[in-house]
Amino acid sequence: MTDEKKTDQKKHDEQLAQLGKTLRSAIPPLGEAQPQRDLWPRMLLRMEGAPKISVRWSPLQWIAGVPWFDWALLSAAGVAMLFFPALIPALLYHL
Amino acid sequence: MDLLQRFAAGDLQAFEPLFRQHQREVYGWVLRIVRDPAAAEDLAVETFWRLYQKRERLDPNGNCAAWLRRVATNLAIDHLRRMQPTEFLVAEPAAEERGDCVVQQETRAAIRGAVNELSPKLRSVVQLVLIEEQPQASVAEGLGISLSAVKLRIFRATRILRRKLAERGVRP
Repeated sequence: MTDEKKTDQKKHDEQLAQLGKTLRSAIPPLGEAQPQRDLWPRMLLRMEGAPKISVRWSPLQWIAGVPWFDWALLSAAGVAMLFFPALIPALLYHL
Repeated sequence: MDLLQRFAAGDLQAFEPLFRQHQREVYGWVLRIVRDPAAAEDLAVETFWRLYQKRERLDPNGNCAAWLRRVATNLAIDHLRRMQPTEFLVAEPAAEERGDCVVQQETRAAIRGAVNELSPKLRSVVQLVLIEEQPQASVAEGLGISLSAVKLRIFRATRILRRKLAERGVRP
């Protein structure tokens, strides 16, 4: 590293340290903060309250799980085929 | 066989000691980013819930603390994104602020305002590196990015902060 680069780096580090000092004067560091209580009971609640995975397939759940833009794309394709039937062979070709 | 190896192998009894071993560290890390004890508790629990859910895909020889820190950081940044900028740091006066004159209080409020306006990604780096003085390498590990990416974020954040502070009449 050249002397010029070293000087620039030193200046940058000093500016950073000064900015950090300014920020810390308004936002005090929290340091080694610890939880006020044991979090394990909350972890147990989280584990008990988690939704169980349904093993039964439901069409309504499946429909609800499809993103809205897929429906929009399907609708656009349907409208296009209705108004421009000549597109159907082109679409089938690309499928 | 250590706790992570046991847990990854399907021993659910290992989860509680694993949780107790890391809960303080995860909570402390998240709190440094979100600066809200209640949210930090929620996010710490959510982090461990992700660990529990992904137990079958865990690398038994991996670094559990680093994995937890990375997940916790992502959750904390998502939390900051969901919050309104005005909700963050506003009600957090410094302990010594009570005796301050009006000018000092205004300066501190201006600084907090400038930090508030940073994007969550830049804000988290500023808080961890410049305020909490965490080593840049551990911040890089926590964010799941390279050290040079952390340096770049610091560079961008400081440039924005200087401009915002200057607009508010504060000279760092």
